[in-house]
Parts: sequence; C-alpha cells; structure tokens
Amino acid sequence: MFDNLSEKLQRVFKNLRGEGKLSAENMESALREIRMALLEADVNFRVVKQLIENIKQKAMGEEVLAALSPSQQVVKIVHEELIKILGSHESKLRFANEPPSVFLIVGLQGSGKTTTTGKLARWLSRNGHRPMMVSVDVYRPAAREQLKVIARETGQPVYEGAAEEKQPMELARAARRESANSGRDVLLVDTAGRLHIDDQLMGELSELKEQLNPVEILFVADAMTGQDAVKSADEFHKRLGITGVILTKMDGDARGGGALSIRHVTGQPLKFVGVGEKFDALEPFHPDRAANRILGMGDILSFIEKAGEAIDQKQAVEMQRKLIENEFTLEDFRDQLRQIRKLGPLGSLLDMMPKVGMLKDLKDVKIDEKEIERVVAIIDSMTPRERDNHMIINGSRRRRIARGSGTSVQEVNQLLKQYAQARKMMKGLSGGFIGRKLGKMKMPAGFPFGNMPGM
Amino acid sequence: MIQTLFGTVEQEPSLLEKLKSGVQKTRAGLVSALEDALQGKKEINADLLDELESTLIASDMGVRTTEEILERIRQRVERHQLNDAAELKGLIREHLLEILQASERAPAHVAEPPAVILVVGVNGSGKTTTIGKLAARFKSEQRSVILCAADTFRAAAIEQLEIWGERTGSPVVRQSPGSDPSAVLFDAVSAARARKVDYVIVDTAGRLQTKENLMAELQKMARTAKKVIPEAPHEVLLVLDATTGQNGLEQARKFTETSGVTGIVLAKLDGTAKGGIVVAIARELDLPIRYVGVGEKVDDLLPFDAEKFIASLFEI
Repeated sequence: MFDNLSEKLQRVFKNLRGEGKLSAENMESALREIRMALLEADVNFRVVKQLIENIKQKAMGEEVLAALSPSQQVVKIVHEELIKILGSHESKLRFANEPPSVFLIVGLQGSGKTTTTGKLARWLSRNGHRPMMVSVDVYRPAAREQLKVIARETGQPVYEGAAEEKQPMELARAARRESANSGRDVLLVDTAGRLHIDDQLMGELSELKEQLNPVEILFVADAMTGQDAVKSADEFHKRLGITGVILTKMDGDARGGGALSIRHVTGQPLKFVGVGEKFDALEPFHPDRAANRILGMGDILSFIEKAGEAIDQKQAVEMQRKLIENEFTLEDFRDQLRQIRKLGPLGSLLDMMPKVGMLKDLKDVKIDEKEIERVVAIIDSMTPRERDNHMIINGSRRRRIARGSGTSVQEVNQLLKQYAQARKMMKGLSGGFIGRKLGKMKMPAGFPFGNMPGM
Repeated sequence: MIQTLFGTVEQEPSLLEKLKSGVQKTRAGLVSALEDALQGKKEINADLLDELESTLIASDMGVRTTEEILERIRQRVERHQLNDAAELKGLIREHLLEILQASERAPAHVAEPPAVILVVGVNGSGKTTTIGKLAARFKSEQRSVILCAADTFRAAAIEQLEIWGERTGSPVVRQSPGSDPSAVLFDAVSAARARKVDYVIVDTAGRLQTKENLMAELQKMARTAKKVIPEAPHEVLLVLDATTGQNGLEQARKFTETSGVTGIVLAKLDGTAKGGIVVAIARELDLPIRYVGVGEKVDDLLPFDAEKFIASLFEI
C-alpha cells in the first residue's frame, strides 16, 4: 500500500543508525528526508509541514530513552504522529434508525464511484444487510448501464428506473420507495462524477442531500491523486459535509499520501480502501495497520486475520504435530498448498508481509500460481501409498505420475527432491521466527514457490 | 499550424483563448500563487524561496523539478545575476518552457491510411471521453474515423463508446463483453483498411500499471495491429488525469516500457488547480504532450503547444 514511502523512511533511519544521540543536527537531516519522502508520496504540503513540526517538537522534547536507539525513537514518534493523522481508531458505517439508510456516493470523475458502489453493496450484504443500488448519473454516457451490469455481476439488486427519466431526484426518490417496499435496509446512491468547480452539479448534490437525508455521504478518492486531493475533498466537505472517505485504486503503486491528507484536512475518517478490480476487493480501513505499513512494519494483522478465515484450527494443530514428529507426508503437503490457495492471490498476501530483515527480499518474489497447481496435480497423480511414503516412488512410478499429471519426469523429480529437503528443513524451522509468528501457517520456506531469494 | 498524423492543418484562431479559459484554474493555482509569493518583495531571501518551493510543489511538479528550479535561482543570486524578486517569474517561466519544449516531437507521418491510435491509461483517467473528443476533432478535419471498442472488461464500456460513436457519426467495431481485445482490434483495423478509413481509434480497458498480465495484453494488441499494418500502432496515447500526483510519472514510465507510448493526453485539466505533472513527465521521460482536455464539451480537446500553454499560464 504505502511501500515506496516505507522504503524511503527506512533508508532515512538506516542513515540515522550509528549516531549515538538525537541531536539538533542529525534530526535536521532526518526531518528533511522524511519531508521529501512524504512529499513524493503526494502528502499535501501543508499536512507535511505540520507533521514535520509535530515530529520535531516531540523528538526534541523527549528524553533519550536508554532502551531505544535514536532511530527507533524517531520511528516511534513518526509512527505515533502518522496514526494521529490517519485517525486513531477504525471507523464504522452508520445506519439510520428507520430503514432504508441512504448512503450518497460522491466524488470526482473517474475516481471509481460506480465500481465502489457495487463493491460496497456486496460488502454490506456479506455483513448482514440488504442493500439496494441506484445510479442517478444521468450525464455520463452509459453510467446507469454500468451499474446495472455490476448489479448483475455482484448479485445485488439495483433500481433501474425508466431509461428516459432524466431527473436524478426522481430516480432517487423512486429508489427509496422501492427499497422500503422490498424490505431493503440500505440504499446506495451512485451520483454523477464532477469536477469540484462545477457549481451546478454541486447544487444538485446538495439538493439530493436535503431531500434524501443520507446517514453517510462517502467521498470516493483516487489514491493516485496528487496535491489536489485535499482541495477537492475539502470542497466537497464544505458543500455537503461528507461523513467518510473511500480510497480507491490502492492496489497500484500509488503511494497514497492523499489518504493521510484528506483525513487531516476534513477531519472525516477513511472508512474503506479499494484494493483490486474484483468486487470483493474492498477492505475496511485500519489506521494503525496503515501506519505500520508506511513504516515498513508490514500488515501482519491483516495477514493473520485472513489466514484465520481460511484455515481450519484442528487441522493446523495436527499439522504442527506432524511437522515436529517428521510425519509430514506428501498428502499433508497437498492439503497445505490447498489451504494457502484459499487465502487468495499469493501476491496480495506477500504485500502484507513486512519487507524488513530476513523478509526484505520478498518484494522481488514473483509467485507463479500455476506452479502450485502443477505441484498439486503431480501429488494428485500419486497413489495413496506413494503419498504416504515417497521412498517407494521409483523410475516407472515417476513416469506414470508425470504422464498422469501432464508434467515431465524432471518436474516430478524436482518436487520429490524439494520435498525431501523441506522435510529436513522443517524440523529446524518449527521453532523459528515464522513458526512463532504464524503458528498454524507454517510454510516450508522456499519449497512450494521455487526460488525465493534470501530465504 | 498544428501537426497531425497526416500533415498540418490550420489552427483555429480561438485556440489560445480556449486554452486560457481551460487552464484558468491552473493559472489561478500556480501563477497567482507565485505572484502572491512575490508580491511586494524586493529581496530574494530564504523565506521567499521557501514560499516558492511550496507553490511549485503544490502544483504537483515534483520535488526534483522544484529543487532544480530553486537551485538555478540560488546560483544566479550568488553570481549576482539576479537580485530582484520581480525577475523570478520570468526565470521560472523560461525554465518551464525549456523543459516542455525539449520533449516536443512531431507525430509519425502516415503515408497511407488508416492511422492506428491506441489509447491507454489507468482506470478512470478519461480514455473513452478523450476518444470521443478525438473522433470529433478528426471529423471536423474532414477525416473518417472508426472507433474500436477493445475495452471488453469494464461494465458498459462498449455502450459508452457507442454513444460517442453516434454523437460523432463514427462507426464502432465491437464484440461481446469479455471477448479478446486483440480480436476486436484486428477486426477494426482490417475493416478500416478495407474501407480506406483515415483513423482507427482504439479504446482499451483501464489498467493499473502494476498489473503485469494486463500490461502484457497491451503488448499483444500492438503486435496484432502490426499483423495488419506493419507500422501500426502509429500513435500510442497515454491518457493521464490532470489531478494525478507523482504516481503519474510511474504510470508514464511503465506504460512506455510495455506499450511504447508516443504521447500524453492530459485530461480533466479544467477541474484542477494543478497540471504540474506535465512538467515532471516531460522532464523525466521526455514524452511529448499531445492534447489537453479542458472541458466536458465535445470540442474541449486541444492540441498541446508548450509555448501557448506557458503563455496561457502567464498572460492574463
């Protein structure tokens, strides 16, 4: 998410390392570096100014703690200040006492309102709500058509309205009636995109607000927006009083400095981030985790949460026992691969890992999902006896397995060799760092994914 | 006179006027802020330079370009070539113009139609709208146009392009949603060649530059175009949202690497107080800016001209 910024700050602190004490001079150069990093990450320059001021004040006023090195101390301060700016707690959606709760989705053109509306509807329905969507964008060609298609793809209902209806207000009112009649508890209103200077469209939004009395006005912001992000968010906030921000396109390499800035300027919390093109790629925003990520501490919490969803506890305990007693068979290995795949795309999992210390080379790892499929196919082609005891797999068995799985004997050989190595390694690993950190998620390092540098 | 793929055409007289009103916001942001910073100041000191720095950074010009400008000012002050704050504006203007002109480049000349124009960019940058406006522009130059609906991914993208097709009277070559974009492209280019149409404008699905498989798809499309016409695509336009910050550079870099971008279209410039990313891109990637989108109307796409762009920033 904020990887590029993390790297830069880490470099700053690396340079700080070795300096015995926090002094006015070494702080000066560190602050300059932090400032540049934040600016290059598109954090608004006014916000940067204040952030730097706060960090300076705190760093100078603080007793040098014996337990911390100066760089650790600066990291701690920056971390605290970042959280302060990102919001100290995660913020929930609000709902009206009397359904349907109306959510207005607003934002600039091309920020991703319509896609986000679809994602939010899906998220709401997964979390015990019964949402309905309506597009009141009567201006952009095929905008309403787009929401209809999204509704079909997400399986969430949309109020279509008559194609010739050109009044946003009429569409919204009819949709609200329809929601109430069909027992829907949330109505998501996808509004027309606008450039914030457009008074007429802004007026239309104010009117929608007045008439529909929405509980949430969610401002959709593109993570790639530069210094202007704050300005448009601020303008929307002044005119409409937004209640929250959804940051989109965070799966790219945008540094997302806008995230920091919008919260700071409007005082309104970030509620969700969009992290992919699929409709389930919407996550609640966690300020503490985002701050961790900025500083390269990784997002272990999200990772563990995700792992927890996909992994069966009992199986995990059993696996642990087997690992320790070296009874880990090819069958167990296949089960493990399947569980890993349940976690979702491996690349996005890796993104959550901290890129420091022994794991810092992870960012260059490209995982070939097909490779995992191939390995599973090879194991699938074995007999239960072979899976139980790999020692019996001789030349002719290898040929059979290769034919059965559509691979080559070389690939089967390679898998068996790696498996034997991994078994040996795992005994040593079961007490290691990953073992402690993730417990149930033990992965034989380097095994399923081919070559991982530095591991 | 402006350069097009088929030679030059007379420029409409109101171009400067239009550009001026289009970039009014930019002017309000950058130049007015500069003027505010310089107002009533005689001496060039650290405070003034600080203020200048904030102004330039706020325009999304990037830390490096900003540092470069400031360094130049500092040097001249040291050498006593510059001591009046009033001269700063001229100096900055000169520097920006230098950067923008250095990347100017005439488009490839097309001997025999059709000229294939691939339009690429991240999600929501304004590709489809830009294509509609481009089609209208070519039509007004008495050229024939075929639109190619190769965004088969986004919901209703094809319908959106068809509406532009109707508005501009250009036929749209399409297939069903989810089909192979290269196949649609092949159809469109073949049809254009058979019917001797001047331009094929290809709408592609928005993609973040980090998605390698999607970037590879663009490469495949370029290869497909070459199968029909060896010189195609004649132009690969990267559409950038003018509100984009420093990530714009990364976009330009990655799209250039994979799909050989030949020019930039800066869209939605009317909505923003910035536009500085143009300078950063010209400076670091040496890519020409071809067009600027300055409004929602069909004729609100203007050819970019560095001198006029700067002039419209600095002259009221």
